[in-house]
Amino acid sequence: MYPYRSSRLIVLLLCLLAFSKAQAQEFAVYDSLPQLISRIQQAGNSTLVLNFWATWCKPCVEELPCFEELRKQYAEKNVQVLLVSLDFKSQLEKKFIPFLKAQQLKSDVVLFADQDANTWIPYIHEEWDGAIPVTLIIKGKVKAISHGKFEEYADLEKFVLPFIADNSNISLKNLVNCNSGK
Amino acid sequence: MKSLVFAAFALAGTLMLFSATAPSGYVVGDKADDFSLLNVDGNMVSLSDYKDVKGYIVIFTCNHCPYAQMYEERIIALHNKYKPKGFPVIAINPNSPLIVPEDSYEEMKKRARDMKYPFPYLFDEAQTVYPKFGATRTPHVFIMDTNRVVRYIGAIDDNPELPSMAKNHWVENALESLLRGESPKPEVTLAIGCTVKKKPK
Repeated sequence: MYPYRSSRLIVLLLCLLAFSKAQAQEFAVYDSLPQLISRIQQAGNSTLVLNFWATWCKPCVEELPCFEELRKQYAEKNVQVLLVSLDFKSQLEKKFIPFLKAQQLKSDVVLFADQDANTWIPYIHEEWDGAIPVTLIIKGKVKAISHGKFEEYADLEKFVLPFIADNSNISLKNLVNCNSGK
Repeated sequence: MKSLVFAAFALAGTLMLFSATAPSGYVVGDKADDFSLLNVDGNMVSLSDYKDVKGYIVIFTCNHCPYAQMYEERIIALHNKYKPKGFPVIAINPNSPLIVPEDSYEEMKKRARDMKYPFPYLFDEAQTVYPKFGATRTPHVFIMDTNRVVRYIGAIDDNPELPSMAKNHWVENALESLLRGESPKPEVTLAIGCTVKKKPK
């Protein structure tokens, strides 16, 4: 279906990036669900916060700073943030890479290009219908889902806290605005 | 005492049932309520306005969402192909312009005119219709038969970006099944889309 394999594409991307000044972060392109599953499993015992987003989705972009803040605040508490973009591969160079360059995100980013959404959406969570943004927490076999955008950073914290050991002295703070991303 | 304890358990059970996040809105087999919504031409439109139809293709869609835009031509084609066979398209914008100004009634009128929509494009301004259907994203399709019984819920096909690469044309297949007097297979599909934009509380 696509003229090139994703591994070759990544190499190509890295070459392109080597010649550009402002570097976009590295990201993987996954063409199929098993690749994403294996990435999720790599999180092991960590609390994985999985956010599905896209550059074309305004509320998704607005709340990105909240996930960046979460990553920063909770890295030591064994929390990982994975931002799974549903952008189209055909717009990779025109839209996706320039966006990443401008944002300078610190969280891990993957571009998930499996077109068979009817199959993989229910695998991600049985209560998800495909509307984005959507955020999941995965810790071992336990999954939680939050539909739509977080209005405030503290709402995102509240969602994540039950999955963090030793969370009794954490007080919720609105450190960033979830409407600030552009 | 025994009956009191039982009652307490029954009550707790009921509360649990209600607090579980059951999917709201119609499921396949439910009979949909009629509605009356403002069309871009200034008239109100209801399902009961349609005479001699075999059913309805209600599509929650909008101006701003890139997924809705990608499917726009396919929605027009569906109407042109299936209205003569008894299944007209009725498009409904569920979004609040307070959240997305591009989805205002004025912008809807512009879009319908520019793109020459051959079907009504209705505004669910009070946001009372989309929750009844359980529409959560744009585009989100609900096919009903002539008795307003919901027969299919989901996506138009399985390739938003490249229509020619779609392997499953779910809505067309569902309509062909209904025209043959059969139930669609599948009756429910999922797809990526933009969330419906609720007006702020």
